[in-house]
Amino acid sequence: MSKPRSLSIPVRAAPGADLPKAESAAVLDAVRTHGQLKGPLLPVLHAIQERLGWVPPQAVPLIAFELNLSRAEVHGVLTFYHYFRHIKPGRKLIYLCRAEACQAVGAAALEAHAKQVLGVDFHGTSADGSFTLEPVYCLGNCACGPSLMIDRELHAGVTPDRFDALLVSARK
Amino acid sequence: MTTTIYVPGEATAVALGADAVARAIEAEAERHKQPIRIVRNGSRGAFWLEPLIEVQTGRGRVAYGPVQEKDVPGLYGAGLLQGAAHPLCHGAVDSIPYLAKQERLTCTRIGVIDPLSLDDYRAYGGYQGLKAAAAMEPAAIVQAVIDSGLRGRGGAAFPTGIKWRTVLAAAGTQKYIVCNADEGDSGTFSDRLLMEGDPFCLIEGMTIAALAVGASSGYIYLRCEYPQAQAILSAAIATAYAQGYLGADVAGTGRPFDLELRLGAGAYICGEETSLLESLEGRRGQVRFKPPLPAIKGLFGCPTVVNNVISFASVPIVFERGVDYYRDFGVGRSRGTLPIQLAGNVARGGLVEKAFGPTLRELLYDYGGGTRSGRPIRAVQVGGPLGAYWPESRFDTPLDYEAFAQAGGMLGHGGIVVFDDTVDMAAQARFSMEFCAIESCGKCTPCRVGSTRGVEVIDRLRAGDRARQEEVLRDLCNTMTHGSLCALGGLTPYPVLSALDYFPEDFAKPRAQETARS
Repeated sequence: MSKPRSLSIPVRAAPGADLPKAESAAVLDAVRTHGQLKGPLLPVLHAIQERLGWVPPQAVPLIAFELNLSRAEVHGVLTFYHYFRHIKPGRKLIYLCRAEACQAVGAAALEAHAKQVLGVDFHGTSADGSFTLEPVYCLGNCACGPSLMIDRELHAGVTPDRFDALLVSARK
Repeated sequence: MTTTIYVPGEATAVALGADAVARAIEAEAERHKQPIRIVRNGSRGAFWLEPLIEVQTGRGRVAYGPVQEKDVPGLYGAGLLQGAAHPLCHGAVDSIPYLAKQERLTCTRIGVIDPLSLDDYRAYGGYQGLKAAAAMEPAAIVQAVIDSGLRGRGGAAFPTGIKWRTVLAAAGTQKYIVCNADEGDSGTFSDRLLMEGDPFCLIEGMTIAALAVGASSGYIYLRCEYPQAQAILSAAIATAYAQGYLGADVAGTGRPFDLELRLGAGAYICGEETSLLESLEGRRGQVRFKPPLPAIKGLFGCPTVVNNVISFASVPIVFERGVDYYRDFGVGRSRGTLPIQLAGNVARGGLVEKAFGPTLRELLYDYGGGTRSGRPIRAVQVGGPLGAYWPESRFDTPLDYEAFAQAGGMLGHGGIVVFDDTVDMAAQARFSMEFCAIESCGKCTPCRVGSTRGVEVIDRLRAGDRARQEEVLRDLCNTMTHGSLCALGGLTPYPVLSALDYFPEDFAKPRAQETARS
């Protein structure tokens, strides 16, 4: 019998061994806390993102290994949901509402202003690394728009002037 | 004597400065050496008055609003703790006309109680419904919900009791109760107000559902855009466990019910029940083919009740006050009350719970007071981003599921978004297609591809190729309506075609603010 040809699929005996310590610790802690839940992937991804601010794509093999999923499944979920970030964001996240109720009170003008002031399009990070601008479709603050959220802090009635003021205080 | 002051801890009130107001009140109390107790209640839902603070006096609760941090010293000087007169004072909170004229059944405790106090909850009728239901056979509980006429408040308006009956009859030892708290429709916030203002009401409603169908486990799928609701719900669930209202023996019934809070991740489609179940199971939120219905094969393949927050929260009162009491509100086949949300460009936005039946005009003008900008109302969108845009000629339609459907609209979750006469309806139509393209789960072609084609066709139409492109757009909408797997692709034609039909003049204009909409 001839010797079997070696396959070209890379074998990773220890997934995540090449990850920075902080990242593998975040993954392992998230799995330890939430891995026993039924359908644990979203809670695990939330926990990782909560800790790191994003879910590094290079952490996907370790997440998949720990949860006994394929890398494709984890990648698929990570990239399906708008909230999960697989690109490192700026220091603060600005979620700008562009849904109808905010449109009715000037969200489009605010959006144009925000993009211009930050010098980015949606999903972009300002050159100084301070802010990442994300669109969001409703923050549930629909009677007092235009609305935006900076990290987890909701703001109502955001005019372009108020936006500038919020940036100033958020930089502090 | 310690004076109780209520300062809403609800997200909109906080966004408008309620936290700073609470701190300022504490500082003033310290300075004046007067003992006070601050309760972070929910919002009553009169948002133009937020932050609306209330002082407990011998004459009841006296309201002041909108109060900013800088107003607090002046209020103290005027005699805030005695409920004294002040330009910001509205007298007794229950006498504010906007609130006094409502019929609050589901939202009766919102803004009234401390959301995290089980004692408060029980003092205002909480857990009376569960007590009554626990004494009934499962089939009788289900029958009571059917008889109450309660229909799904999430938007589809399917009779809640019928859904429960299917799950009760389904074979299986493991069944689930799932609450759809993925309130993604723009212009809606009643789920959020309930979860932040009266979370035990939702927990009680889900518990009654569990007793009715024989489920021992439940999930609340909450959208991650609601961090305040997340914090309050988590605390409420922990309290319910600690006091025996969740766990192995629910409220002495001898039956178990476990409840877990799960977070969504910013996908609108997960408000569709089968996508939501996929998401709960840890997958991409892609729509499932139906049948099988979730009631037969739902979460983890087991029979599952999936209801909206307001549907569950409307259940306790049916058992507390009786089936007839609830059913006697409303009109036609729309029984009970609907928490309506006034949003967008509206002077007095907020939560208005009314029995079904008032006209749109009544809501827009009597409650809403017209636009915030002071300009005429040109269009309203009812029922979220998939609802039709209506002109004034439709404002006499009564809020009733059938009347709305007959008029070519959709009542949905009861959100009303108001636009003044500066609105560009062609831009709104384009946005509807764009939104569908961004949020499509990608499973079916009419929605995935049709939405992007829709944006392109509207752009060409507005560029001047009117007649030809309009025909293509209508044809495309026809395909999306009839060929899509779920309501996202199936209903996106509603806002698009209603904008085109009612506001054709806007589609003839040259493209204006296109640069603002990438």
